[in-house]
Amino acid sequence: MDRRDFLKTLAAAGAMLTVKSNGVMDIMASTLPGTATAQAAADNYADMAAIMNGEPAAMLRAALEQLGGIKRFVKKGDKVVLKPNIGWDRTPELAANTNPELIVEMIKQCQSAGAAEVKVFDHTCDEWTRCYDHSGIEKAVKGAGGIMVPANEESYYQEIELPKGKALKKAKVHKAILESDVWFNMPILKNHGGARLTIAMKNHMGIVWDRRAFHSQGLQECIADITTLSKPAALHIVDAYRIMTDNGPQGRNANDVVLTKALFASTDIVAVDTAAAKFFNQFRQIPLETVSHIENGQKLGMGTMDIDKLNVKRIKL
Amino acid sequence: MLKKIRVVLAIAVIAILTFGFIDFAGIIENPWLQKIQFAPALFSLSIATLIILVVGTLLFGRVYCSVICPLGIFQDLFNWIAKKTNKKKKYGYKPERPWLRWGILAALIVAWIFGFTFLVSLVEPYSAYGRMATQLFKPLYILGNNLLAVISEKTGSYTFFFVELTIRSVTSFTVAVLTLGIIGFISFKFGRTWCNTICPVGTVLGGLSRFSVFKVQIDTNKCNHCSLCSRKCKAYCIDSANQAIDYSRCVTCFDCIDNCKQNAIKYVPVWKKAKKVESASAPVDESKRQFLKSALAVATMTPATLAVKAAEHTCGCDIREKLVPLSPPGSISHKNLLQHCTACHLCISKCPSNVLKPAGLEYGIGGIMQPVMKFDKGYCNYDCTVCSEICPNGAIKPLTVEQKHKTQPGKVAFSQCQCVVEVNGTSCGACAEHCPTQAVRMVPYKNGITIPEIHPELCVGCGGCEFICPVKAIFINGNEVHLEAKEPENTKREAVEDFGFGF
Repeated sequence: MDRRDFLKTLAAAGAMLTVKSNGVMDIMASTLPGTATAQAAADNYADMAAIMNGEPAAMLRAALEQLGGIKRFVKKGDKVVLKPNIGWDRTPELAANTNPELIVEMIKQCQSAGAAEVKVFDHTCDEWTRCYDHSGIEKAVKGAGGIMVPANEESYYQEIELPKGKALKKAKVHKAILESDVWFNMPILKNHGGARLTIAMKNHMGIVWDRRAFHSQGLQECIADITTLSKPAALHIVDAYRIMTDNGPQGRNANDVVLTKALFASTDIVAVDTAAAKFFNQFRQIPLETVSHIENGQKLGMGTMDIDKLNVKRIKL
Repeated sequence: MLKKIRVVLAIAVIAILTFGFIDFAGIIENPWLQKIQFAPALFSLSIATLIILVVGTLLFGRVYCSVICPLGIFQDLFNWIAKKTNKKKKYGYKPERPWLRWGILAALIVAWIFGFTFLVSLVEPYSAYGRMATQLFKPLYILGNNLLAVISEKTGSYTFFFVELTIRSVTSFTVAVLTLGIIGFISFKFGRTWCNTICPVGTVLGGLSRFSVFKVQIDTNKCNHCSLCSRKCKAYCIDSANQAIDYSRCVTCFDCIDNCKQNAIKYVPVWKKAKKVESASAPVDESKRQFLKSALAVATMTPATLAVKAAEHTCGCDIREKLVPLSPPGSISHKNLLQHCTACHLCISKCPSNVLKPAGLEYGIGGIMQPVMKFDKGYCNYDCTVCSEICPNGAIKPLTVEQKHKTQPGKVAFSQCQCVVEVNGTSCGACAEHCPTQAVRMVPYKNGITIPEIHPELCVGCGGCEFICPVKAIFINGNEVHLEAKEPENTKREAVEDFGFGF
């Protein structure tokens, strides 16, 4: 074998490893949550951006600016996935699903960083085609050049192990996430009858096929457990433009919704959920300790509830 | 020429109508060919449609049977295959058996009056075809779609998406297979014998078409008694020896016109030519009669013997044992459904959430195969009114979204002794999460967790709670007569004017 052949073989092997890089490689490659914060501090980025009084797109731009810009997360040629909440057959005004304007801006941001593709999906609760349609998200995503991915059938999912999980040891996760280079968690802040609040951690239930297992094996622990997956979201962007204070997560009508015009973003899922929960408590009292999946997440080392110790940028537009 | 027009129209009709049944993606929003079928028009008392069909038959004969009825067109397909595979295929003339036709029709009417709608459903041609389309053709269509989905996913496109492939009811699947087998066999061997012996719509329209204005008529001056028309007539209705046609059985397929080498057969108004006397009855073919009798017996008996027992629930709670089935919103009551539904399965096929399923014995023997709400695959979408819009029979009456929000086909029941919250002491709330009306809501329990509390008066019976409950502790009990759900109270929360980040 001459040197040229050797180099060719090496390059091919490298390419193969890159292509097949899910599973073991992911665990090796993934950054631990704690180190993400440490890294952020080192680079002088904010740990969390809290923005108020803007339209969804403007607030997202402001938040990304504080967090080091989109290029910190998305590299040229990346396959990107956005995971909003599209759980319900509801229009955007009813705040049951993530705001489509926010999703559109995020797609544009990813495209500006050179993303090869931006896929969007959610494992909906209501019939999926109606959710994708009436949430306004399918139309918005397609209009912005993103790809709406179905999540209605078990064959779209692949089983992964959750070695750190306490109650949930494995789960079937949507292949779009597993095959992506980077994914973003984009929940909406809402009241939730069982989990008390649904924010960034709870939004992970939409990447999973069998959710009944969550409910039967201890909901609050399973929510925390699923966030330990080897491929965590790069950033959690919480839509609090409109929040559902009552009858969540579905809501009955506009009486359950308050226009609050806020957005929270962080690489620390526990911190962002803590911040959003405290914001929510200004409108309706739901003690943080009853939203126990947040504390469970902290126990698993997924982040910190002690947000006072973090570098939080608070901006009112 | 007339035959060509007939064939083109028939192919278009069966293609569009079949697509209306198998189209899971809802490309055709409101299938309309289903609504101009005779039995649906009769059951829904669509006077305008009935008048058009009756007057049309009185003018042009049984055109309905050749270009509108899907089961008729379907039989012509088998007939065409039979002729293609056997060039010497011939039929000849058989005298009418009026007592059998009208006897069967009378028996079906009596069965319907006594609530055995199931028997009517079995032989009503539109519904028999609809069930074949839903139970047999749709799974094939989904299979094809799923293959395309595999390919398109590989290319990074999601134009085609996976759809779950299941047989929801063994009874209805078996009935559809038997219908296909029996009617396929009869049409392959004996042309339109089913239509002219058993089909109740064929009998009624046959009674009318005797008096139709336009008829296929033999020009006695041109006819050379070659009997080719008779041998090629799949309805066995041309008595070439006497140059007479039994118009009660002629389905105006125009095959005879096409085949006549003397150009002696024309489709013209009766006054164009003096009508010949219809031939007297000839000896009856006993073996065929016996065959048809046994075919009917098989068609009616098998589903009853194969019928699976109504779904049983494993829960030990007493309340479960009183489980009443849920008929679809808009069906008003079990009785209304029983009287109007001929189980065409259009609603079952089009239900986007896979809630509707053919009944086994839930409604009793008379209601076998009629749609019943089951929450094993999904739950009834709060804002969805698809089944009520498309039902051609008037068995499910149209509902607006507002009306549907107030319709209560059943109401929630809860056995707390089985609930995850009570048993494990952990949070759940899946039921309340899926409840669109807060008929199930989470109330404080202990240690900061919440437990379901039910308000059946608010329930719209959508089954969201029953579907999602991981331990089957909550479920819906049907209302035999649908009730009105109460309007839940709106949230009243004081507006917060002055707020900041809150941390």
